[in-house]
Amino acid sequence: MAAKQGERAPDFELTATDGTRVALRDLRGSPVILAFYPADWSPVCSDQMALYNEVLPEFQRYGARMLGISVDSRWCHSAFAENRHLGFPLLADFEPKGEVAKAFGVYREADGTTERALVVIDAEGVIRWQYISPIDVNPGADGILEALEALTEGATT
Amino acid sequence: MSRHAQVTRLTVPVSDGDHSIGPIDAPVTLVEYGDYQCPYCGRAFPIVQEVRRRLGDQLRFVFRNFPLTQIHEHAEHAAEVAEAAAAQGKFWPTHDWLFRHQFALDDEALLEGAQELGLDVERVRRELADSTHRARVREDFLSGIKSGVNGTPTFYINGIRHDADYGLETLIAAIEAAAGSGLQDTLKRRE
Repeated sequence: MAAKQGERAPDFELTATDGTRVALRDLRGSPVILAFYPADWSPVCSDQMALYNEVLPEFQRYGARMLGISVDSRWCHSAFAENRHLGFPLLADFEPKGEVAKAFGVYREADGTTERALVVIDAEGVIRWQYISPIDVNPGADGILEALEALTEGATT
Repeated sequence: MSRHAQVTRLTVPVSDGDHSIGPIDAPVTLVEYGDYQCPYCGRAFPIVQEVRRRLGDQLRFVFRNFPLTQIHEHAEHAAEVAEAAAAQGKFWPTHDWLFRHQFALDDEALLEGAQELGLDVERVRRELADSTHRARVREDFLSGIKSGVNGTPTFYINGIRHDADYGLETLIAAIEAAAGSGLQDTLKRRE
């Protein structure tokens, strides 16, 4: 059963670009943005990860941690991250392939890749917003910023 | 998880502060978020010019800055030079010059361009050094983010994000659809 909005996000632990292991449970205390995307190396000026890299300071204003996730391997991720100067980790959902994507209900069996999906998790580990974009449309960053804004409003009222 | 394929809208409306060419009351407003160093924007430049030529006074065109600074090292300064030129009343010639000179946009080339365009070069140099126009460029960028800009170039036709490709025929067809039938005659005459 895939994770739903308002429920606790399934925990996971994956290898990041620099070889370290990143566990969702260790990120409690800050909002987390998970950006599932089909593959590294899409055309540069419309690349979702390159865009999030530009918007990173805005995400950080909310204290949020950005994590990119695809089924590409750690080495593919590190070459891609270096080429695009990415300032946030890419996680390799590589072995068993797509396991984390499946837990979030965003694995595409037919393609062997993940959906283009965004998940915003609050500081307590609860899913507060999720969105699946048409696979060929970069969803942009507006939805993420609105979700982060809503978290802040929820906290102050 | 729910699936969406919704219309994305321009959240910061076109205003007097924008760089705009064409009548304010034109039936169609085309907004581009672009990056002067982006090769795709470079390819879109002559297409936008042709769209402007064909539509004439039926179109208002607006350009907003969306520099992808982490992948294009000269994009920020190029955008700031365009803004510096705007302060001297020469935004559009500078905008065009930048897209025609994508092959060299380092500071030296930008200042040579400023010279060629008849700008007060010392003022441009000073404003670049002082980051005078950085806030304006960032403001454009943030308005784009809020409006769902997802790469460069991103176009909005009458406030709706254009998600199809930006080939000449596709753009013209989308503009026609947005404007209704009144545009057909203008287009026929200018083809």
